[in-house]
Amino acid sequence: MREFRYGRATGVAEAVALHAGNPEARFLGGGTNLVDLMKSGVESPELLIDVRGLPLDRIEVAGDGSLRIGATVTNSDLAAHPEVRRRYPALAQAVLAGASGQLRNMATVGGNLLQRTRCGYFYDTIQPCNKRRPGSGCPAVTGEHRNHAILGWSEHCVATHPSDMGVALAAFDAVVSVHTADGPAQLPLPDFYLPVGDTPHRETALPPGALITGVTLPPAPVAARSRYRKVRERASYAFANASIAAALDIRDGVVREVRLAFGAVASRPWRAGTAERTLTGGPATAEAFAAAADAELAAARPLTHNEYKVPLVRNLVVAMLTELAEEAAR
Amino acid sequence: MTAPSLAPGRTGVVGTARTRLEGRAKVTGAARYAGEVPFAELAHGWVATSSVARGRIRSIDTEAVLAMPGVLAVLHHGNAPRLRPGVGLFGPDATLQVLQDDRVPHVGWPVALVVAETPEQARAAAEALVVTYDEEPHDVAFSADHPGVYTPEARPPAPPDVERGDVDAELAGSAVVVDEEYTTPEEYQSPMEPHAAVARWENGRLEAIDSNQGSYAIAQYIAQLFFLDAASVRVTSEHVGGAFGAKGVRPHLVFAVMAATMLDRPVRVVLTRRQMFTMCGLRTPTAQRIRLGADADGRLRAVDHESVSYSSAIQEFVEQSTRPTRVLYATDALRARTRLVRLDVPTPTFMRAPGWAPGSYALESAMDELAERTGLDPITLRLRNEPAVAPASGLPFSSRNLAACFEEGARRFGWPDRDPRPGVRRDGRWLVGTGVAASAHAAMTAPSTATATAEADGTFTVRIAAADIGTGARTALHQIAVDALAAPPEAVRVRIADSDFGPAQFAGGSMGTASWGWAITEAAAALRERLALADEIPADGITVRADTSELVRARQPVERHGFGAQFAEVAVDPASGEVRVRRLLGVFAVGRVVNPLTARSQLVGGMIMGLSMALHEEGVRDTASGSLVNGDLAGYHVASNADVPPIEADWVDDPDTHNPTGIKGLGEIGIVGTAAAVANAVWHATGTRQRHLPIRLDRTLTR
Repeated sequence: MREFRYGRATGVAEAVALHAGNPEARFLGGGTNLVDLMKSGVESPELLIDVRGLPLDRIEVAGDGSLRIGATVTNSDLAAHPEVRRRYPALAQAVLAGASGQLRNMATVGGNLLQRTRCGYFYDTIQPCNKRRPGSGCPAVTGEHRNHAILGWSEHCVATHPSDMGVALAAFDAVVSVHTADGPAQLPLPDFYLPVGDTPHRETALPPGALITGVTLPPAPVAARSRYRKVRERASYAFANASIAAALDIRDGVVREVRLAFGAVASRPWRAGTAERTLTGGPATAEAFAAAADAELAAARPLTHNEYKVPLVRNLVVAMLTELAEEAAR
Repeated sequence: MTAPSLAPGRTGVVGTARTRLEGRAKVTGAARYAGEVPFAELAHGWVATSSVARGRIRSIDTEAVLAMPGVLAVLHHGNAPRLRPGVGLFGPDATLQVLQDDRVPHVGWPVALVVAETPEQARAAAEALVVTYDEEPHDVAFSADHPGVYTPEARPPAPPDVERGDVDAELAGSAVVVDEEYTTPEEYQSPMEPHAAVARWENGRLEAIDSNQGSYAIAQYIAQLFFLDAASVRVTSEHVGGAFGAKGVRPHLVFAVMAATMLDRPVRVVLTRRQMFTMCGLRTPTAQRIRLGADADGRLRAVDHESVSYSSAIQEFVEQSTRPTRVLYATDALRARTRLVRLDVPTPTFMRAPGWAPGSYALESAMDELAERTGLDPITLRLRNEPAVAPASGLPFSSRNLAACFEEGARRFGWPDRDPRPGVRRDGRWLVGTGVAASAHAAMTAPSTATATAEADGTFTVRIAAADIGTGARTALHQIAVDALAAPPEAVRVRIADSDFGPAQFAGGSMGTASWGWAITEAAAALRERLALADEIPADGITVRADTSELVRARQPVERHGFGAQFAEVAVDPASGEVRVRRLLGVFAVGRVVNPLTARSQLVGGMIMGLSMALHEEGVRDTASGSLVNGDLAGYHVASNADVPPIEADWVDDPDTHNPTGIKGLGEIGIVGTAAAVANAVWHATGTRQRHLPIRLDRTLTR
């Protein structure tokens, strides 16, 4: 573990200025992932800029009805917020499905978006890894990949994004607010995470040294009837084998609006746009739900050890949408 | 003072619930563990490990590292002290021969020790140390069909092969035959406290504080390894935060001694969690084939159990998974075979009921399959095959109350109301089922010594080199001492975990309390005799020493075992494959229970480990690199609190007079049988057999 400098920022501009031009600087939020990565030798920053003291710890309803979540809001506070629970219940459920109580008290929204993969090869510095050492290869594709991606991966990397929160944010069209050396900017979540391609080490579109300042959720009445379900091998404190955020609005047996996003299936939270389009305007039946899942999963490319994720996600789509449809009918 | 006049046992403390004597010190942080004891001039060692699975070290670039801040030394095979070969707890242990040559037998093998003024400096330097290798092709792919499978040499307690009667003829004549293969994966002990030691030379004596399971034996082996006089080595281990078989003599202590000797100052070595996964042993995977032949009424005619496991290239360790088969069921013909294959992997060792735990999963799963195929209730089938003598040895049992465990357990669990059909109970999205399995574990006793001192102030001190690895042993021994001395509890202090107290059994094999308790009982009795003749107690007290070697050796050859019955209720969501245990019940026959509070904790803890084995624990090895892919506690799952349902553990009367203490030991039996009970419950819930552990969701998912 390398010796590093530590600084505490009190303002956004100050934090960004401290980082400027230093590729070996890292922003420190809760440290629940970064400190782990430092202990493992995956990250060895020269400078840590503690941003937990920044005035970004509020959740507010904006004039247009959107919800603004500050980047340093802790997972615990996000999950407990009444507006989150009322308007985006799947988001609160997703956050509570992650980590442990102690970690949620420390972890922040900004850090959650920037979590690194939990691929075992990534964490073990004696292994090749294109994320850690670009060009060194991906042993997971031909090695152990039982909990790796089935969608959107490339031969350069088959790792998944570990966030639960991000899955709900993807379903609700979140926009990430950032602050760069040039000032504030907005990145819709689909643009925030980059495709894997041949640059798996480039995970986000954040410019170098940019700081995440918050996340905005636009108004989405459909989200009031939403759920998050995480499937994992132990009941708590484990990353997902697959997860799903779903919201459903039905009138007269017809799907008016549906939101679907999957976790633990790709390098980023996976918005299931194909499934949504297949369902919208059609019947809200188990057959239709299954057909929509199949349409989305037609693009899946499972490997030897993770083929189970295809039926798992399909089963989850049917189960969750059926539950939501039954709830709507009550 | 005058000698106490109470008769032995009058105080009756044994059998009553007592909280841990050191409990307050532990929860307040006052109790110091091996890695926490401060010393002036303390230096810190950090282990560097190999990144290749097989080969030779070509070069170690020590120069660059020696120039780093605070670095005092880099020990490697070119400059480290020579160790005596052939030393080990259970025969020559090649895992202790660190830094002796350039061979690398597996990924994570220690190749150097960097010593520095601070742990951070040592770590930074160890991570910066460049080691190059001449790599050789490696093989880490375990399977029962591996061409290298062989019969290991016989070593106690179980010879590799047992054959009684004509198994093939009985199978051919059986109305019902079960013939299945069961597998268990690599599993890791993962104690909470990492391996840690500090060593220093003090007035010509080597003094080490170490986290281990037996300070006396370890002091002996350290003396042998370093060509020292046995009396010049002292090892203490006051508090140990879990061991589960992984804390025998381990390289961290060898390294601390090496560095303290070379630098002539105190040196501490603490392993990281990832290093614990490669340097401290594991449970080998097993592939077990079980064939059961029975008459239509379920009476067993043949039991054939073959277990294949692996060991490392440098050391033969045998997981004796056929042990339950040798004691559990009567059969006309019995065959048990233990086979091994040597791979380029870390050396396995004892882990939580070695042999018994994986073996019982296979045997007790197969018995459930036999119950299904004969249409018998699983408990009825087992009781129908209760043996009069041990099926392998033909010896009688010291006591055997397995039937009472099943009967009491069935009553409490509600087993008589069970619908035997699989796959028919729903609770929302969950399918629900119940299962049962037998537990068994050897109840061994080994020689130990203890001293008892009557102090001039009227109090008593008992000294024994026992280890309390978190079990509550210290408290149980205090209870035994109080009764044996017939003294008030507050007048008796028990001191443990110091090699200077003399030979004592390891905390392993569930033998500790029985072995140590016997020595304490003997010492106390001898002291009482002395006190009866003494007019007064001199200033330095009256001390007597007891050694149970002769007593243990003189015991009759009988089969000594604890038994138990475990019941599980599980819920399985077929759409997600998730398996959750809803309740567990274990009823055990484990001789005399010294402290019901900590005994229950041991049994429940064992059952939680069994649950964890059933559903979670799996070391995943990458065949290309030979490395563990999930060598940390984020990747290697043990049961979390949320996985643990209400668990009940209790015991039936089980008087056993073959050891005068009546103690059988219960540290490990809790894990034996749990995995099979859970797997059998998953079958009852879903109708699908689970012949491979852990029962992962991709193995239960509806596709």
